[in-house]
Amino acid sequence: MEKFTRLEGLAAPLDRANVDTDAIIPKQFLKSIKRTGFGPNLFDEWRYLDHGEPGMDNSRRPLNPNFVLNQPRYRGAQVLLARENFGCGSSREHAPWALADYGFRAIIAPGYADIFYNNCFKNGLLPIVLEPALVDRLFGETEATPGYRLVVDLEGQTVSTPAGEVFRFAVDEFRKHCLLNGLDDIGLTLRHVDKIRAYEERRRREAPWLFA
Amino acid sequence: MSAQTLYDKLWQQHVVHEEAGGTTLLYIDRHLVHEVTSPQAFEGLRLAGRKPWRTASVLAVADHNVPTKDRQDGIKDPVSRLQVETLDRNCADFAINEFRMGDARQGIVHVVGPEQGATLPGMTVVCGDSHTSTHGAFAALAFGIGTSEVEHVLATQCLMTKKSKVMQIMVDGRLGKGVTAKDVALAVIGEIGTAGGTGYAVEFAGSAIRSLSMEGRMTLCNMAIEAGARAGMVAVDETTLSYVRGRPFAPRGELWDRAAAYWRTLVSDPGARFDRVVRLDAARIAPLVTWGTSPEMVAAVDGRVPDPAREPDPVKRDGMERALAYMGLAPNTPIAEIAIDKVFIGSCTNSRIEDLRAAAQVVRGRRLAANVRLAMVVPGSGLVKRQAEQEGLDQVFIAAGFEWREPGCSMCLAMNADRLEPGERCASTSNRNFEGRQGPGGRTHLVSPAMAAAAAVAGRFVDVRRI
Ligand code: SF4
Repeated sequence: MEKFTRLEGLAAPLDRANVDTDAIIPKQFLKSIKRTGFGPNLFDEWRYLDHGEPGMDNSRRPLNPNFVLNQPRYRGAQVLLARENFGCGSSREHAPWALADYGFRAIIAPGYADIFYNNCFKNGLLPIVLEPALVDRLFGETEATPGYRLVVDLEGQTVSTPAGEVFRFAVDEFRKHCLLNGLDDIGLTLRHVDKIRAYEERRRREAPWLFA
Repeated sequence: MSAQTLYDKLWQQHVVHEEAGGTTLLYIDRHLVHEVTSPQAFEGLRLAGRKPWRTASVLAVADHNVPTKDRQDGIKDPVSRLQVETLDRNCADFAINEFRMGDARQGIVHVVGPEQGATLPGMTVVCGDSHTSTHGAFAALAFGIGTSEVEHVLATQCLMTKKSKVMQIMVDGRLGKGVTAKDVALAVIGEIGTAGGTGYAVEFAGSAIRSLSMEGRMTLCNMAIEAGARAGMVAVDETTLSYVRGRPFAPRGELWDRAAAYWRTLVSDPGARFDRVVRLDAARIAPLVTWGTSPEMVAAVDGRVPDPAREPDPVKRDGMERALAYMGLAPNTPIAEIAIDKVFIGSCTNSRIEDLRAAAQVVRGRRLAANVRLAMVVPGSGLVKRQAEQEGLDQVFIAAGFEWREPGCSMCLAMNADRLEPGERCASTSNRNFEGRQGPGGRTHLVSPAMAAAAAVAGRFVDVRRI
């Protein structure tokens, strides 16, 4: 997994609550058996004026000029500002794959759906939770200031604004450690092979019907 | 030991290892797999030269992409076909038990697991699918995971996770005539909101829950994720045991007795502490209809579409206005004046035999309204389909003008050929009314099977209590 340490990136505001994973990456793109290539179809239904299907040449499709990420000022954005309950709905990991493939490395929102939040960490994408009022302020400043860049420092757990304001965010220690070092969960778990086997031994005796 | 919640008991039984800070290796008893969220996980296994830890714990079935008619012709869309074939190949390569498309046991993974007894009380159950919460109806700890976690569970039989907070949702009293588990689920989501359960595992309790059948409990737990909760649960009682008994994967004989004795302990102890308790009065729940693009946007069938002008919170108001624009609805429209174009009875929420019976009872002797272009019934599994046919339910639907289809996810998410056209309005027994969920531009109203059937006959929403 790609490490995440410190990021200075352009912020882009997606001003809607309850953005679901169906909106982040519509189901027709879930037919892919690959992990990559979802970026051009991120927010497909909002981003393009036509209906997208897998295999289309996305560079020739008509863009929706009203969709925020299509505004030239947000080109190359790496920090996504979002609202409450971002990533709700389906468990599809294609959602963080698409966000990361598009170029986002961090999201800032007042809250996320659990599975989506979890999936982000597996893909080097940092979901940051800040107070709703703070997020609201960042939305205001981003919209008012072209070229508005935020600095995200995972080690220090801070988000800094261009004006030099610094906000602290909370993150689980273990997840932070994995993200900072780009550690692979499976590798970590397999250090405990003996414990897994011992657990299975005990359960075979206690609850044999589970192993029938 | 102090009083424990059901969740505490299930959690504790499955802890393999705990890191400082609470990150836990949790042992997984049952891993359900479908074609959409597994290919990249199998690919990851191969790339790392790993093998599944315990193949007997895995049960696979293709459901999202499968066609619901003309199955003998195979899957026409080559991309869908490749995904299903990839599952077939992965299962063959790794010796995983799979119910293939031609198998009578094939169906929606969350219908198939319980039906086979592959979901048992006390188990940890995972699947790369958010509606895995369904299986919590059996006092199992069941939740959806992402593809990286699918790979992790395949490789290690464990999941790296943290304990949730626990919410008890108490529904006491008697449900009115025509009010079902689906209405309870929608009422709960309307009450706590789609993010209300975030960070929680939910236990549904109270007399109204105890009086639900297993099908009803599954419907309720299925929609726990729509309230933001990864897991929903119901304690074990005789209803649970009698459903499980005799199923193909369930223990038998002496093993059954031992298992059942343990399963009876899978209840929250008196005095167990919950992080949050929510109470609902069953008698006050009406048949419900969603009017917007989030399952929390819900109104009683005898109510009206709300007016955003009366919403003080600007983010919410904005969401309501957007939803009404998408849904093509004006504020204050009576729900009973909303006309529909299509009807979908199916999905892992409401495609079990009891759901089909409830819908058939309303439809019997009636015809589809002239304005309804398509009404389809998609059984949750091949075995549900067979059972329904033995009871003659298929004939009831067909006589009324419904299409009787093969099992699968179908128009719940429209990954196969079944979908809404832009602007079409659908009464649907599924679980998500998100923008474009049932087809780009499609408008979904979530309802119970009886309400969907009543809408099919009337051509608009009607109060199922009055027919
Ligand atoms: S029926 Fe719908 S919600 Fe259930 S698993 Fe299939 S697509 Fe998901």
